[in-house]
Amino acid sequence: MTELERHSYDVVVIGAGGAGLRAAIEAREQGKRTAIICKSLFGKAHTVMAEGGAAAAMGNVNSKDNWQVHFGDTMRGGKFLNNWRMAELHAQEAPDRVWELETYGALFDRTPDGRISQRNFGGHTYPRLAHVGDRTGLELIRTLQQKIVSLQQEDFEATGDYEANLKVYAECTITELMKDGEAVSGAFGYWRESGRFILFDAPAVILATGGVGKSFKVTSNSWEYTGDGHALAMRAGATLINMEFIQFHPTGMVWPPSVKGILVTESVRGDGGVLKNSEGKRFMFEYVPDVFRAQYADTEEEADRWYKDADNNRRPPELLPRDEVARAINSEVKAGRGTPHGGVFLDVSTRLPAEEITRRLPSMHHQFKELADVDITKEPMEVGPTCHYVMGGVEVDPDTASSVVPGLFAAGEVAGGMHGSNRLGGNSLSDLLVFGRRAGMGASTYVDSLQERPKIDEADVDTAATEALAPFELEGGENPYSIHQELQQSMNDLVGIIRKEEEMEQALGRLAEFRGRIAKMTVEGHRQFNPGWHLALDLRNMLTVSECVAKAALLRQESRGGHTRDDFPGMNAEWRKKLLVCKLESDGSVDVTEEQQIPMRPDLLELFELDELSKYLTEEELPAK
Amino acid sequence: MSYKGKFRVWRGDSEGGELKDYEVEVNEGEVVLDVIHRLQATQTPDMAVRWNCKAGKCGSCSAEINGMPKLMCMCRMNTFEEDEVVTVTPMRTFPVIKDLVTDVSFNYQKAREIPAFKPPADVKPGEYRMQQVDVERSQEFRKCIECFLCQDTCHVIRDHEENKESFSGPRFLMRIAELDMHPLDAADRQHAAQEQHGLGFCNITKCCTEVCPEHIKITDNALIPMKERVADRKYDPLVWLGNKIRRRPA
Repeated sequence: MTELERHSYDVVVIGAGGAGLRAAIEAREQGKRTAIICKSLFGKAHTVMAEGGAAAAMGNVNSKDNWQVHFGDTMRGGKFLNNWRMAELHAQEAPDRVWELETYGALFDRTPDGRISQRNFGGHTYPRLAHVGDRTGLELIRTLQQKIVSLQQEDFEATGDYEANLKVYAECTITELMKDGEAVSGAFGYWRESGRFILFDAPAVILATGGVGKSFKVTSNSWEYTGDGHALAMRAGATLINMEFIQFHPTGMVWPPSVKGILVTESVRGDGGVLKNSEGKRFMFEYVPDVFRAQYADTEEEADRWYKDADNNRRPPELLPRDEVARAINSEVKAGRGTPHGGVFLDVSTRLPAEEITRRLPSMHHQFKELADVDITKEPMEVGPTCHYVMGGVEVDPDTASSVVPGLFAAGEVAGGMHGSNRLGGNSLSDLLVFGRRAGMGASTYVDSLQERPKIDEADVDTAATEALAPFELEGGENPYSIHQELQQSMNDLVGIIRKEEEMEQALGRLAEFRGRIAKMTVEGHRQFNPGWHLALDLRNMLTVSECVAKAALLRQESRGGHTRDDFPGMNAEWRKKLLVCKLESDGSVDVTEEQQIPMRPDLLELFELDELSKYLTEEELPAK
Repeated sequence: MSYKGKFRVWRGDSEGGELKDYEVEVNEGEVVLDVIHRLQATQTPDMAVRWNCKAGKCGSCSAEINGMPKLMCMCRMNTFEEDEVVTVTPMRTFPVIKDLVTDVSFNYQKAREIPAFKPPADVKPGEYRMQQVDVERSQEFRKCIECFLCQDTCHVIRDHEENKESFSGPRFLMRIAELDMHPLDAADRQHAAQEQHGLGFCNITKCCTEVCPEHIKITDNALIPMKERVADRKYDPLVWLGNKIRRRPA
């Protein structure tokens, strides 16, 4: 029997970003003994990288805003592929979730009358993003972290033990979920520090592991984003949807090479920044697609007037949804109108006074000054698309966040459906809060409903341990770092922002080859804090999610949101009705099948003009006139 | 633009260790963390280092570079001469786990000992009203990315292990100041700052402010005002009298 540390909980949350922490807060407040497990230190999760804000229709800046408008914007942004029930819950509940953060101690920027200030962002009709300068994600994570601490302080008062009901296991990686028949019974992993194994016995597991960006070369994502939750879910028998939709954020840094991909917040454009090509032209006017023509300005004059008078002018095209802007930049660079380092110019220096820039965009100012030697109050930035977010994820029930596997829940980026084919900026932080809480509730209700606690099968524990140690067994194999670099390059080149059938087939060939090579990797050193070993284990997950992305992308013969086919450039209403569902076969390969979307509820359909619906839906789906 | 850089990195664990010399490729525009990563990928696959965002936002990759507490991701290679040896060592104030990774649990313990934000009893969620000028003071402190470089450099604990018990360090004294200056926090923080968290140990040498990668004016804007608030109350005759004649509720 494998020697390991054992713990027993009601709910185990994997991931300590916004979704994980909010889920854990909820589970603990529902009276469940809860563990939070994270690969990094507590408070370092990728949520800190979010800059712009959390979208919530509070109506503080423009009182016309309400959940219906937010819902409409979200569906439009996702090109109507979204799970409409998730989009509805999200729009309805986001304001309460943001206000709740103030009771935890968050300090958002204020309006003149003392409410939470809200800023403009791509695809949002009204100023909607609650923010703190351009470091909103940090505020969110710190606030939730401090709320966790306050709950621990309550437990200390009551029991003398801070960790009686809520404990954080930091720098701990889960490699496998445990099951008892169909249901989840726990999670197996290792401490990064010592390499020792750890087993959590728990009837409910909430995945909140974020995204998959580390499978791509140019990405705004940190090393943690290796698709762990996506892969754990699949190995446990759950399904993933929408994996072909990857968001390439239009503005990542392009120079110097070492920071290529690091995010430049959309707030730069929300606050007045414009995109120009090497000829000095504001090119976005050329790229407004038909479906958006009614809402976006066609002259620079009107676009500029919008910042002052949004009610009587149309929006600047720089604020189109992210997929549109990313494709436009890609086309400009391909047409030879790029900057010296292969991007386009993003200029705020001629649009706002220097002191205004440093007040509204302090961390961008700091980032460019320190990393690229560029003063954004004096000169333009060079930017280009970077892999930022995966719309796809675990297929969940909208109300409870439950996957198809009993006891397995998912929230945040690892869950699929909410954002359809493209996520609007600002909808991620609100998504974390809304569905983090719902996952915490869903898991608690599930635990209460159980007659009997699912058991851990010791044979599964031994298998998980053997698999985790496999990279130490072989000698003379390849080093995981070089395989990782090749994987990233392949995904970037062959399943990137613009996709072609033959390239994706080539990618699938390479992925099959990586599978063989990964099985024969060699890791040097011992188990104590060994990054080479950690990467070797993460690579397995990256490979599985990459296969999902490539296979689903090859099947979807249309272009929509974060999936652009060179060979199928248009959007196709028949494809809108279909979801591509990924499942793991017993031999470890990925199987993709089509599933029909549930038609939108009539009262929600009524929120849109027939004209607009007819651009997305098939004739039969349209409401009777 | 590429050259062979000379690096000296501390390798070892809690049992002991030593500085080891490496020659490694350095390219234009790189930062120290890039070079450490290249070392990992090409020569020392098991070298332990913490990092996450690589953009100065998460505060994970703290270390000492040529003796100065810094974030490795924000330390550009062009600040060194090409033939200069760059020495990278773990933060000295915290126990080493392995190579550049230290045990920073001290900080999480101290964080727990500071009572959380206490919401005002009579204000409902959604009804909080605060002016921008009033939240800005605390917002400056909330820029903190918890890299713990201020804790690392503070000589009260850097050179005196025995003070760790009674001194929370600049990061957490600043956290108390942040809550004390929060327009709607309903708790009293000043007594505890002095008595439990060791505000009096700080002799305002501003070392913490100097190393802060977020450029927070820890000493001037948090620690000194906090000392003044504590002193005002301690020595204000009216406050003194009030405390004498009116027993504070437990």
